Amino acid sequence: MTIQTSTGAAPSATPAGRPLLRLTNLTKHFPQFRQTLIKRPDNPVRAVDGISFDVAPGQTVGLVGESGCGKSTAGRTLLRLLEPTAGTIEFEGRDITHAKGAELRTLRREMQMIFQDPYGSLNPRQTIGSIIAAPYDIQKITPEGGRRAAVQGLMERVGLNPEHYNRYPHEFSGGQRQRIGVARAIALKPKLIVCDEPVSALDVSIQAQVVNLLEDIQEEQGLAYVFIAHDLSVVRHISDRVIVMYLGKIMEEADRDELYEAPLHPYTHALLSAVPVPDPKRIEHKERILLKGDLPSPQNPPSGCVFRTRCPKAQERCTVEVPLPVELSPGHRVACHFPEARTVL
Amino acid sequence: MADTSGATVTTSPSARAAGERTAYLDVRDLKVHFPTDDGLVKAVDGLNFTVERGKTIGIVGESGSGKSVTSQGILGLHRRTRARASGQIWLDGEDLMTVTDERLRELRGNKMAMIFQDPLSALHPYYTIGSQIVEAIRVHHSDTSKSAAKAKAVDLLGLVGIPNPARRVDQYPHEFSGGMRQRAMIAMALANDPSLLIADEPTTALDVTVQAQILDLMRKLQAEFGSAIIMITHDLGVVAEMADDILVMYGGKAVEHGPVNDVFYEPEHPYTWGLLTSMPRLDRARLSRLNPVPGNPPSLINVPSGCAFHPRCAFTGQVPADACRAAVPDLTAAGPGHLTRCHLEPATRAELFASEIKPRL
Repeated sequence: MTIQTSTGAAPSATPAGRPLLRLTNLTKHFPQFRQTLIKRPDNPVRAVDGISFDVAPGQTVGLVGESGCGKSTAGRTLLRLLEPTAGTIEFEGRDITHAKGAELRTLRREMQMIFQDPYGSLNPRQTIGSIIAAPYDIQKITPEGGRRAAVQGLMERVGLNPEHYNRYPHEFSGGQRQRIGVARAIALKPKLIVCDEPVSALDVSIQAQVVNLLEDIQEEQGLAYVFIAHDLSVVRHISDRVIVMYLGKIMEEADRDELYEAPLHPYTHALLSAVPVPDPKRIEHKERILLKGDLPSPQNPPSGCVFRTRCPKAQERCTVEVPLPVELSPGHRVACHFPEARTVL
Repeated sequence: MADTSGATVTTSPSARAAGERTAYLDVRDLKVHFPTDDGLVKAVDGLNFTVERGKTIGIVGESGSGKSVTSQGILGLHRRTRARASGQIWLDGEDLMTVTDERLRELRGNKMAMIFQDPLSALHPYYTIGSQIVEAIRVHHSDTSKSAAKAKAVDLLGLVGIPNPARRVDQYPHEFSGGMRQRAMIAMALANDPSLLIADEPTTALDVTVQAQILDLMRKLQAEFGSAIIMITHDLGVVAEMADDILVMYGGKAVEHGPVNDVFYEPEHPYTWGLLTSMPRLDRARLSRLNPVPGNPPSLINVPSGCAFHPRCAFTGQVPADACRAAVPDLTAAGPGHLTRCHLEPATRAELFASEIKPRL
């Protein structure tokens, strides 16, 4: 058993070869101020507090956790949409933590994002054609065969009618809008797309369409996804590796099947047992681990283990000692003083 | 909704005069239509269901299927100048469609209450949680003193599991977390011990761990007070846990209606099949690929002819003479208490279910 510290340790269990993306001790704090007579600095909000993981080329890494656990901030920070407070981001071996200007703009060709809200993420005054072509305009690229042909090709690829090139976002349904977001994200053939809750705003019958589309595009273009979601069933379907976050920290990280079949962290147990299962007969003999209370404030996280205030296993040691991520089996890391393999599902 | 003019209300007093025993809530042929510039939107088009006290009905459907309009219709929340409502809503022997506005106001928040989806917009940001609960109590019990009502508000907040209720009662909605706001909404809905509770997507905005707490709470409260609950949701997992009966809506109509076990284990309608087989499930082996329902939910202005689901249905070829496109299927019995609205012959349907759907469930 190797014990890894959260600082500077290279996360293991990536396939042979160089990772596409490596985060080391990535931290994002939002400064806060108390306004009394004069403005005084207050404790910062520790949205992301020292997370390290790798994304291999063509891999899907699922990031799960409750709202406020820092998963969206992690996604935005690794794309450099937010300036990291500490830690490093390496993309294809290059340190991009503080890239700016032209270097950052070139980098954006490689990394794109799909947003959660298909209503808020498309400019209502622009036609679909100009929304999807925006990456070309920003990067000053003329695609092969011309801009219009390229955009119509993309529209066809994501299952939209290319004749709708001149329509406006309000003329499309939620599922179709999310396809527009996908077309825009793949326009520059990126190597990594951060998908922030891409299907949670969609109807159940439409979710599967968009999930399948994302999988097909990944297969065709060999791109990697960081898939941020709170829906554990969708994450299990699409991810190769899954990372469970709580209050800005990684609680557990493992390959998909391992995480769902033999989770070690009490928080993962609670999350999995809370998912309502569409099987009325199973419910009677299903064990449910109910967590008490709410997420503590990330401005004043608990001492020791951040999960201890809601953990059914918390003991004295958890109050004083921060659990470091430990690799208990190859590729399965857990940050807990009392890990225990349990079948929850 | 509370249209007493009689023009669009079709009441049949004779049905009641016979003294027949009806369910606690009995909705009969409910229609809510909205005239718009683009045409008549038939948001709810002929809905029938009943709920007994202590029981829960789950109404499942996609956006635009009419599930929220139904619940607002029962509470009489549709503006009469905007909506045309007809049918009967019998609550404990009273037809809500024919009572006066005043009587409806007495019932609303008292005998029947609603838990809204988005607590941040349903709670008033300018008033403390406590004063909003006190208002809900004193509107119906004007003889209750302010201090007694406030004491009750503190009790209610404690009942729904808000820690330190005596301090929390004086806080504003923005000082509460999402889960606590939802609890406060439930506390407000329970203020007058309603016997009918309508929960419109009560947990959709919440995390799974908080959702589990809220569902647990609703079950406990139901066991204690014997309320009838209408649970509106798109999450089949939630209805599987909570409901005794399920009503699946599509395009403003019920397409399947039956006891929870029948709908989950022996679903009859192709739309229900699609819902159950399209979602990834934690309790099943992981599929290499999901089987989505093709197409998009229908627009209620242009509801497809015949069966509203036919453009997305994989089995229209099994029905002779293009009936799916031509005629609206009737809601017919597929088993005891189990209804479905589909043109497929029962034998064909059973065969399709056994060969194509059951292995995927």
